[in-house]
Amino acid sequence: MLGKLTWDAIPFNEPIDLGASLGMIIAVVFVLGLVTVKGWWPYLWREWLTSVDHKRIGVMYCVLALVMLLRGFADALLMRSQQALAAGGAPGYLPPEHYDQIFSAHGTIMIFFMAMPFMIGLMNFALPLQLGVRDVAFPTLNSVSLWLTASGVLLTNVSLVIGEFARTGWLAYPPLSELRFSPGVGVDYYLWSLQISGVGTLLSGINLVTTILKMRAPGMSYMRMPVFCWTSLAANLLIVAAFPILTATFAMLLLDRYLGFHFFTTDGGGNPMMYINLIWAWGHPEVYILILPAFGIFSEVISTFSGKPLFGYRSMVAATMAICVLSFVVWLHHFFTMGAGADVNGFFGVMTMIIAVPTGVKVYNWLFTMYGGRVRFTAAIHWSLGFMVTFVLGGMTGVLLAVPPADFVLHNSLFLIAHFHNVIIGGVLFGAMAGYTYWFPKAFGFTLHEGWGKASFWCWFVGFYVAFMPLYWLGLMGMTRRMQHYDNMAWQPFLLVAAAGAVLILCGIACTVIQLVVSIRDRAAHLDRTGDPWNGRTLEWSTASPPPSWNFALMPLVEGEDAYWYMKRRAAEHPAGHAVEPKYEAIEMPVNSATGFITSFFAVVTGFALIWHIWWMVWLGLFGAFATMLVLAWRDHDEMEIPVDEVARMDRAHRGSQGAEIAR
Amino acid sequence: MTAAAHAHGHGDHGVPLSTSADGPAPKRIIVAYGFWIFLLSDIIMFSALFATYAVLSTATNGGPTGRQLFDYRNVAIETGALLASSFTCGMMALAIEAESRLWTYLGAAVTFALGAIFLALELREFADMIAEGATPQRSAFLSAFFTLVGCHGLHVSIGLLWLVVMMVQVWAKGFRDTILRRLLCFSLFWHALDIIWVAVFTIVYLMGGGR
Amino acid sequence: MEAKLHDRAPGDEAAPGSRRHQIISGLQAYVIGLVLAVLLTATSFWAASTHLLWAPGIPIGLAVLAVAQMGIHLVFFLHITTGPDNTNNVLALAFGVLIVALVVAGSLWIMANLNANMMPSPELMNMQMQH
Repeated sequence: MLGKLTWDAIPFNEPIDLGASLGMIIAVVFVLGLVTVKGWWPYLWREWLTSVDHKRIGVMYCVLALVMLLRGFADALLMRSQQALAAGGAPGYLPPEHYDQIFSAHGTIMIFFMAMPFMIGLMNFALPLQLGVRDVAFPTLNSVSLWLTASGVLLTNVSLVIGEFARTGWLAYPPLSELRFSPGVGVDYYLWSLQISGVGTLLSGINLVTTILKMRAPGMSYMRMPVFCWTSLAANLLIVAAFPILTATFAMLLLDRYLGFHFFTTDGGGNPMMYINLIWAWGHPEVYILILPAFGIFSEVISTFSGKPLFGYRSMVAATMAICVLSFVVWLHHFFTMGAGADVNGFFGVMTMIIAVPTGVKVYNWLFTMYGGRVRFTAAIHWSLGFMVTFVLGGMTGVLLAVPPADFVLHNSLFLIAHFHNVIIGGVLFGAMAGYTYWFPKAFGFTLHEGWGKASFWCWFVGFYVAFMPLYWLGLMGMTRRMQHYDNMAWQPFLLVAAAGAVLILCGIACTVIQLVVSIRDRAAHLDRTGDPWNGRTLEWSTASPPPSWNFALMPLVEGEDAYWYMKRRAAEHPAGHAVEPKYEAIEMPVNSATGFITSFFAVVTGFALIWHIWWMVWLGLFGAFATMLVLAWRDHDEMEIPVDEVARMDRAHRGSQGAEIAR
Repeated sequence: MTAAAHAHGHGDHGVPLSTSADGPAPKRIIVAYGFWIFLLSDIIMFSALFATYAVLSTATNGGPTGRQLFDYRNVAIETGALLASSFTCGMMALAIEAESRLWTYLGAAVTFALGAIFLALELREFADMIAEGATPQRSAFLSAFFTLVGCHGLHVSIGLLWLVVMMVQVWAKGFRDTILRRLLCFSLFWHALDIIWVAVFTIVYLMGGGR
Repeated sequence: MEAKLHDRAPGDEAAPGSRRHQIISGLQAYVIGLVLAVLLTATSFWAASTHLLWAPGIPIGLAVLAVAQMGIHLVFFLHITTGPDNTNNVLALAFGVLIVALVVAGSLWIMANLNANMMPSPELMNMQMQH
């Protein structure tokens, strides 16, 4: 009746797991209870859960990411403390079966449920505004993507309470992940969570590619798009190209586990190496999917706060598209040691080194953008400068690892761990924080507290180096990754320092939380009245903060790069022109839809049922999802009209405050 | 350039402007292009399955090979049926353009029938193979075969279901813009499935079995 | 402001002129496409089973015929052309084809190399085959 599900699935006899589960349940119940008691459900349902507005969806993605940052970082603290303690014969406090789940969950959550949603959320929020259009190409599909990602998050977190998570690392290599060696539900939780959220991500990629290529304001040719739009285009093209490979590979592993197929088994002719080949054919583009939007954010932030146009626009575009294509010819560098010959290893080693070149071009462009500019040292610029130093360092260790003979010594050592955290934290996370800081006022109408923002940066920056530089050394000394305990006492001092670094990063996270609380509390003092708090250059700053749901009363006519900067200059030269009111018209906007939310509910039901082999529930979930699609397909009204008076009223208010600013 | 020049939709040298200079593209183009991108992603997914099939095609684990199992007459009929269904789908597209309900239903019915014949033949092929012990659990080669060909068959099944839903929608709502856009997407999907089948019958059946 | 020579939706036809003309030229395209596709399919099946051709060349011949037939489908059934109004569609297709080529060719090269280097010794192979 309930498949494999029994009361044994709940970790009554594992105190740490039980404690964590209870903590999570209490937090969730508290939040849901608060919302209920305050009567916020109708507002939440109407304005957020069923919203198809890209701005709302973008914010929800970022909220999801920040919450998952806490969960993933908790795993990191557990690992650091365990490794700091378990030297010599000491067992530490986390048994191996538990420790293995923790490092697997840490990687899975940080990549799939923190970094990806953060970047996708920022792209969702900013792209239509920068392109000068009203929404993405497929707003309802956008909502579906968000909620499918949330389904994956939910399933992964449910594994803490009911059952277990995978113990196979964040990529679940066979043969260990095959049924024979991982008979529990852990790998199934992993696979179904990621398959479901993977569908959401792929749909999001399709949505944003179509938006960038087919929906831009009049006059915005490709070479007038902000660089963030170019890097987002490249990232979303990579999503469209790479995620199908992940879907296929996970499907094959699922077939092995559920139906006894022999794709990656050690018997029956299976070939586990094929899994590793395919998963990295996805995995390498994935890291570029993460970093390219961050590169775009830095381009925007650096040019805005230097008061100069971005240096070398064309070379930036060329470098971006080069990275996009090159990211598909380097994937073997993740498994140099699996046994390929020198010719194959050599080819991929050289291609990996080549891909560093366009990134170098970008770094020089950012530096030359700042050179000769009047740089304002806001929190966002702090993150950018920290990125440039940290990412370059991490990139250099990457080029070192690209040399196959060096990689033979360093593969799967802590040197590798240090390298990828170096580029991911220095690149993706710092980029996410910069974007968060930069676009927060646009989303909410008030700026974040600068002081706490800078404090957060310094804690993260110093904390990162303290936490990860020892790991480089440990890798060179021979320490392997994913160790629950170790015998070499010489390693312990380094791991203690690394643990201290993790605590510093915790302070950085705390500063971000405090920053948010303080900023909300003091928001009246930091209102963004004009919509342009940073004296920005791109079109999103021409709207009110927050913008109305339709973004622009009239679609802007773009006449050059840095479209808004051009418009501001013209308005300053011809103030009379700005005073003339445009001719307003009613605007058609898509209606809200519960499709995304309901589809994801059925996705969770189906996923959970598949994991626990509750076959009748699988059919129920699939049928429910199908029915939801039919309901969506049958609706007669998918648009509503914003009356011209409403459009005019909001725009007049905004133009008033803009005019005051220009007059100043 | 002045706004007036933009209004005429011509760039320099009288070259037709891309949608950028006129603002967002019409909805039909946006929807079809988005679906086109989806189809390309689907083709990439198939390519991962093709690559796996190619790598595992010799891993027969002492079990039967393709040459021993494949019935080429059956494959030829399947291929003919699917190709014909692509043609009739094209006929249906013309009927939709002419806004003729009768011919649309007819075109859809024939397309559905041909697609169903394809599926029936394929299911029978699978059943026969399993009956003689050539199950997907027998060897990696068979796992890859059943998955690749089966995934295509699954797509065909979904296409047939979609076609039925679309015909009900045409009956209920007529040739509205939303329905027309979805029918365009269906055509793209159906033709793409035939393209993938070309790869399947060439690589799996003809190259793998041969004489 | 009217829509001028916009991009074309993939799958849409370009035939200008009256509705009747459009349908006739559309019909022509489908018929020609069908005939060509049938010819190519028949040739493929024949090539795979005949003894008249040099055996090692057959797989390449089949591949060429398959690619040709895919092209027929794209041009005659999906109306993909090289005109300026179709550029985005062709570029997207080219990108997809590039990725497919990289993934398939790359995987085949890598796996052939790995299999050759990592082939177990005869004793181990025997043990494996006994499952």
